[in-house]
Amino acid sequence: MKLDLSPVTGFLLADAQADRVVPPTGFTAWLTLFSAAAMGFLAVFALALSLATGRLADRWGNELARSSTIRISAPEGQMAAQTQAALRLLETTSGVASARALSSEEEAALLAPWFGPDLPIDQLPIPQLIEVVEDGAGFDAEGLRLRLAAEVPGAVLDDHTRWRRPLVRAADRLRLLGWVSLVLIGAAVAAMITLAANAALAANSQLISVLRLVGARDTFIARAFVRRFTLRALGGAALGVMLGCLAVLMLPGAEPEGGFLTGLGFQGWHWLWPLVIPPLAAVVAFFATRTAAHKTLKDMP
Amino acid sequence: MIELENVAYSYGGGELLSDLSLSLSPGSFHFLTGPSGAGKTTLLKLCYGALVPTSGQVRLFGQDRRAMERDDIAMARRRIGVVHQDCKFLDHLSVSDNIALPLMVSGRDLLNEAANLKELTGWVGLRERAGALPPELSGGERQRAALARAVIMSPDVVLADEPTGNVDWEMSQRLLRLLIELNHMGKTIMIATHDLALIRAAKSQVQARVLRIASRRLQLAGADL
Repeated sequence: MKLDLSPVTGFLLADAQADRVVPPTGFTAWLTLFSAAAMGFLAVFALALSLATGRLADRWGNELARSSTIRISAPEGQMAAQTQAALRLLETTSGVASARALSSEEEAALLAPWFGPDLPIDQLPIPQLIEVVEDGAGFDAEGLRLRLAAEVPGAVLDDHTRWRRPLVRAADRLRLLGWVSLVLIGAAVAAMITLAANAALAANSQLISVLRLVGARDTFIARAFVRRFTLRALGGAALGVMLGCLAVLMLPGAEPEGGFLTGLGFQGWHWLWPLVIPPLAAVVAFFATRTAAHKTLKDMP
Repeated sequence: MIELENVAYSYGGGELLSDLSLSLSPGSFHFLTGPSGAGKTTLLKLCYGALVPTSGQVRLFGQDRRAMERDDIAMARRRIGVVHQDCKFLDHLSVSDNIALPLMVSGRDLLNEAANLKELTGWVGLRERAGALPPELSGGERQRAALARAVIMSPDVVLADEPTGNVDWEMSQRLLRLLIELNHMGKTIMIATHDLALIRAAKSQVQARVLRIASRRLQLAGADL
């Protein structure tokens, strides 16, 4: 299938003569500019949401999927023996890349956000934690649970699946929501520009009849409107994106303590993504106006 | 060039024109007369393809109007200059730009046409008013600007609908002289008018065929004109 690029090239060749024949003012100019700016602003946030949740889903999916924890709750005299038994069992378990018992300092650090830094951990019946890192193939969690139940009665395997899955699913849904929002914003821009273009064409019916009288083809008349609306959408979206990026910049920075909410922004080269929005808005406006103009002109006597 | 064969045109349930045949041959000069509401403007619109006949056939430069696509009609319009009674200008463009409008829509480079445009503006006596906006023009100036716009593409046919309707006698004579001058250049002219004095004045200067619409039909006007 051959792609017909003549409308785009005609537009890019900047037919200033076609542009001149349409009066420069009108409420549709402001309507287009305002709606494109508002949608550009919202699109920046939808994009930021999509990218942030994407990062979150990737992190939860990749980092946490490779690690598990074994918790050993045993009487004080048996804790060390059960820990050694569990570590020996893990050494002979296929799919386990490494396993190590957390030191008391590491356990204290894990509890510090809740109990503060001065927790006398040695005097408390805190379970011993073993961090298990899987290799590429992973281990059989059910098989390991059965072996632990038989050989280390105080050990409980937590492979994170139970709480990780809904989180990853939620992050994926949020990412999808972000992209759906972007599509809806694009559709809303198209609808508003179509309405504005129809209003402009109706308001200029006298102008269109004059142009037809002197031999203008519908392509020429449509181009005059298409060019104008496309440039307005481009300008409006650029303004909205600029304001949106400033607003995202003013959001709190990503802090580990803040979790998801403080990471809702762009990171690194992702800051380039908003630059795509204005040209995309212009493309949407181009095709929306072109379709509206050709349909209206076809219906005009 | 433009041929109408057994054409009828109905509007709003009533027949406005009936069994009408007409041929505008190259270099001919026609007057079209008749009372108000007789269908003069309708006939002109049929001649430049703005209307499609209810029955019969209209041929524009050999093409059947019914078979013509929008682009074909646009191309035919570039060979037919039309002067309307109400002129129909784009009020946000200058007189000069309005006259150049047919050049703009046909994609011609206005810089290359600047000399022609200046000459034409002078020919209709509007050189001093070239930068003015249409609402600033008098009735006669508007008609002359409309005539200049109609002929800037050097069309084969010029159709004028009551071109002297809003101007005084002196101005109507001036417009008539311009149209006769165009005819001497080989252009086909048809003027719809109810101004019989204008027709009488023209007959001494040009060999014109006078047609009258009466009772929905086209007739050759008698010696009373």
